Amino acid sequence: MSASLEIMILATLVATACAIPGVFLVLRRVALMSDAISHAILLGIVLAFFVVKDISSPWLIIAAAVTGLITVSLTELIIHTRKLKEDAAIGLVFPLLFSMGVILISHYAGDVHLDTQCVLFGEIAFSPFDRLSFHDIDMGPRGIWVMSVVLLLNLAFVGLFYKELKIATFDPGLATVLGFYPIFIHYALMSLTSITAVGAFDSVGSILVVAMMITPPAAAYLLTDRLSRMLILSIFFGTMSALSGYWVAQRIDASIAGSMALMSGVIFLIVFIFAPERGLLARMFFKRWRRWDFATQMLAIHLLQAEITHADATEHVVSHMYHHMLWDPEFTSEVIAQGLEDGLIKKFGEKLTLTPYGREKAKNIIAHQ
Amino acid sequence: MINEFFQLIIGDYTLRIVAMGAIILGLTSGCLGTFAVLRQQSLLGDAIAHATLPGVGLAFMLTQSKNPLILLLGAGMSGWLGTMIILLITKTTRIKKDTALGMVLSVFFGVGLVFLTIIQKMPTATKAGLDKFLFGNAATLLMDDLKVMAVLAGIAIFTLILFWKEFKLIVFDYDFAKSIGVRIHFLDVLLTTLMVMTIVLGLQTVGVVLMSAMLVAPAAAARQWTDKLSVMVLLASIFGILAGLMGALTSSLIENMPTGPTIVVYLSGIVMFSLLLAPHRGLVFDWIKINRQREQIRTSTMLKNLLLFSEINTDPFHPHDMAALRAVGRGAFNRTMLQLLKKGLVKRHDQNRWALTPEGLKVAKRLTALHEESFDVGLT
Repeated sequence: MSASLEIMILATLVATACAIPGVFLVLRRVALMSDAISHAILLGIVLAFFVVKDISSPWLIIAAAVTGLITVSLTELIIHTRKLKEDAAIGLVFPLLFSMGVILISHYAGDVHLDTQCVLFGEIAFSPFDRLSFHDIDMGPRGIWVMSVVLLLNLAFVGLFYKELKIATFDPGLATVLGFYPIFIHYALMSLTSITAVGAFDSVGSILVVAMMITPPAAAYLLTDRLSRMLILSIFFGTMSALSGYWVAQRIDASIAGSMALMSGVIFLIVFIFAPERGLLARMFFKRWRRWDFATQMLAIHLLQAEITHADATEHVVSHMYHHMLWDPEFTSEVIAQGLEDGLIKKFGEKLTLTPYGREKAKNIIAHQ
Repeated sequence: MINEFFQLIIGDYTLRIVAMGAIILGLTSGCLGTFAVLRQQSLLGDAIAHATLPGVGLAFMLTQSKNPLILLLGAGMSGWLGTMIILLITKTTRIKKDTALGMVLSVFFGVGLVFLTIIQKMPTATKAGLDKFLFGNAATLLMDDLKVMAVLAGIAIFTLILFWKEFKLIVFDYDFAKSIGVRIHFLDVLLTTLMVMTIVLGLQTVGVVLMSAMLVAPAAAARQWTDKLSVMVLLASIFGILAGLMGALTSSLIENMPTGPTIVVYLSGIVMFSLLLAPHRGLVFDWIKINRQREQIRTSTMLKNLLLFSEINTDPFHPHDMAALRAVGRGAFNRTMLQLLKKGLVKRHDQNRWALTPEGLKVAKRLTALHEESFDVGLT
């Protein structure tokens, strides 16, 4: 297997594994917990490293996951004292833990494998050099194995507790009544987030994990109302960001992890603009359409009323219409054109009349009000 | 010792600049951080700070200059753009604030990294030194940097004083401000712009990753000590200056100590101290207050129960069995009895029996009357 293929596989695994807990973080409005966790785990990794003196020890992963949970509980403890609001509590806890990690690294571990640059950038480009071997047989990069396990864990968790996660996310009250313990689900999800963040840490660093966790689900959230589809779309967008990010990084010779985050942002932007229904363009068209629809309806109602009251024939004349409707002349002629096109009105010389269809519609609108 | 310390600062040119930078930074971030914390925008600061990174990179790539004014201008513009994107996303879609913040924070930072890695591979000689924008490096501050910082700080603080009344209003009663026709939207944007300026001026000292703590922590600590906005701003500034000075100097004097994280550790110390020990709002104070109230309830309940028992007995000073008293009491029997004994309100008859003293009877009667009275009031 070539090195670049290995990197692409690892990038895809990272993106996929991150997207799964990310969906629930976005839906449960705790997206920034991923930021807090991914920063704070650094302290766990560093402390465990000082104890076991081995960068590839599984203890590092365990220590990091525990630190993630400690961060969550510490933040919740501070919120619970009601001295500080949620945002401030998050903004205080993780910077401290992260800072302690950074200081320890830069002060005591200056020349070992850990350094502050790779904390922020990750080093997915070096992952093919860190290989796993079994009885002297090369088993491929260690990162791929770690991330595969993390991905399987995430898939297993969501597969096994899909119903519980769904209820606890959309209706915590009901979940409590049904005996599902939303608190348990919450902490399980936070553990999953921690483990995923630790696994992805080597590849994309502590800040870009957040991009991989949140951005694909946010894009998916604009496209669907179904949890299952959101999960599938998030995984798809994650994979796309990873592969296109790798491609961009190769083209412009830049950080792979940074490019992955960049591409996840680009994908979100495309969805944000073009999503059917919730996209920027769709909403603009809908707004315009509604304006025209309303105007032609008003025109039809006006003509109907003029018919009923046997008003002067001048009411129906095109050139006077803007005066009656309080529209400017240009808009009026556009609305009349639209009405003609929709078959609501007919024009005889300068005089406007309703078509039977238009009359029916105008009566309907009045009757429904 | 302290004297020597000051001698060191005043004597050494670099340290003097570092100290002055830290003072400017602490002062400004204390002022603006107060508003960020009170408006529950602590994490917006984090997002803005991360969002400034691509601006720094792009400004350098376009101009090839390390002039602080140009780099910080780029930082400010991209931070501001990030803020506007957060607003756009939360206002026009169903995506919530936390997700929008997280996205802008991480995607902008990713773009910043892409720029930084491109710059690292550029053949120019002046490329080094942009790394300090990540974690900050106070020791590399120059007089030019200091001038830019001072100007930014001056503008920010002057504007804050100019619009003090209006800002105060939108912090504490947004809806009222809206109803009396204050230009809410303008003030919102202005305050956020001041926040962006504050973040930008701290980038070289603290770095993009931890700059938000510089806003949040001093204000969060100051909140513990006061309920007045002006006092809070003042205290937050003092805390900011204190931590900024200590952190910047520590990192300048000790090798391999990144400035940002060092300042954050000092700040966290101040926050922890304030959370625990501030009078009135501190956790220790809370704990003492709750305990005292519990004790009061326990002792008064005990006295009333003794009175109740005595009324059955006709003799008000008849001793009662400990087990019975314990059963109707509110816990911590031994401690409660000891306290009452000390005050001379009860006396011990023998091993297991307790009785009221004449003084205790008086107090018990008064307490019962008070209790009934308040009960009556509660009913009508």
